[in-house]
Amino acid sequence: MTSLRIDKHPVLNFPERKIVNFNFEGKQYQGFAGEPVAAALHAAGIRTLRHSPQKNRARGFFCAIGRCSSCIMEVDGQINTMTCITPLAEGMQIRMQKGHGTIKA
Amino acid sequence: MSRNTEVFVIGGGPAGLSAAHVAAKLGAKTLLVDDSARVGGQLIKQTHRFFGSSNRDAGIRGVTIAEKLQQDIEEVSDRLTVLENTAAVGFYHNKEAGILSQKAYERVTYQAAIVCTGATENSLAFDNNDLPGIYGAGGVQTLMNVHGIRPGQKILMVGSGNIGLIVSYQLIQAGVEVVGVVEGMPTIGGYLVHASKIRRLGVPIYTSHTILKALGSDGVTGAMLSRVDEKFQPVPNTELEIKCDCICLAVGLTPLIDLFQQAQCRMVHVGELGGLVPLHDSAMRTTNPDIFVAGDASGIEEATTAILAGRIAGARAYETIHGKSPQAEAIVAEAREELRTLRSGSTGERIRWGRERVLKEVGEC
Repeated sequence: MTSLRIDKHPVLNFPERKIVNFNFEGKQYQGFAGEPVAAALHAAGIRTLRHSPQKNRARGFFCAIGRCSSCIMEVDGQINTMTCITPLAEGMQIRMQKGHGTIKA
Repeated sequence: MSRNTEVFVIGGGPAGLSAAHVAAKLGAKTLLVDDSARVGGQLIKQTHRFFGSSNRDAGIRGVTIAEKLQQDIEEVSDRLTVLENTAAVGFYHNKEAGILSQKAYERVTYQAAIVCTGATENSLAFDNNDLPGIYGAGGVQTLMNVHGIRPGQKILMVGSGNIGLIVSYQLIQAGVEVVGVVEGMPTIGGYLVHASKIRRLGVPIYTSHTILKALGSDGVTGAMLSRVDEKFQPVPNTELEIKCDCICLAVGLTPLIDLFQQAQCRMVHVGELGGLVPLHDSAMRTTNPDIFVAGDASGIEEATTAILAGRIAGARAYETIHGKSPQAEAIVAEAREELRTLRSGSTGERIRWGRERVLKEVGEC
């Protein structure tokens, strides 16, 4: 889909997966069903996932295994979602989280 | 809802899978939880061939070892339950713990717990170290070897230990340009065989250098390096600007120990093992007699030793419930002998010191 996707690898084979549509900040993108949301965003060229609460600094993912909380975003209205371990699904609405985010009633 | 088990294993990496396999095979009802989508731990992203002993997976790729361990647990599925996407969140008194899946919170009643939580990646202090585009070496491996996505086009590696060197090679295999490897020490940290592989491909290794700052405002566009003196202080007027779109930090791991602290296990700080670790004896039992440890959580090492320590913990956990068993004893004896071989020689020296310090502390050595 983009040049960051590995198509040929000397050791690994990446199986074909279903393509799904998702929405990030109002724009439509495509990724593979079941891959982490943060991976799909990264492949689409999006590196800034949120801004820090105090100094408003851009943040991307770091550990990719759900440990460090650097990649938390708002996914389908749910704030503080660890996008590096959240599987992508058709129609997901993904937004950058500003600061601590707001819990919706 | 609540679940009842004899052996409760937390973490499905090489240590946890081996512990659960042994405990279940010996006859214990076993429950294993892992917070990721599939068990295998960090092995599922390790495409390189392992060193180690010939009867324990030497020359085999990490991904293949993960598959072997996954097959092993299939074999005992009548006694072993595996819950993926499920995190152990804490211990209660009276041999109870809480587990959380995406759907529910449940209590687990157990007789012996084996905690194999692994480790977490270290970061490094430098200007702008929080910019998008700065990733841990494990994070890079996950993105590229599990999900098939390159971290960027041009990457700078910080750290020349085995992880930094191996991941640099893996990045090249994935089609990423590695613009250099930065190392604070005057010599390369990892094995010569790994360093040679990337040097032959033309990757410069900057020894006695550090990263002063990452360049860019909302993402990495480069890095500023500088030479360091013997006290690791930057030498003025030796700055060197490198263009890259991402930076990979391979600067070590720290044992993931929250659960041990929460369970009030006594902790000890051993630098050679990566920091604070739960005090444990040679049976891998912590100071909380119902809780065992294995793998990186007991001190940073590697997958082969994690498998062996997991086997010891699984066998000893079984024995605390069902009493002495010659089969368990045989598993422990074999694993101990293999561990002794693996940790011998100059490369195992630091680990041996660290391990001895822990055993001294419990009065076993």
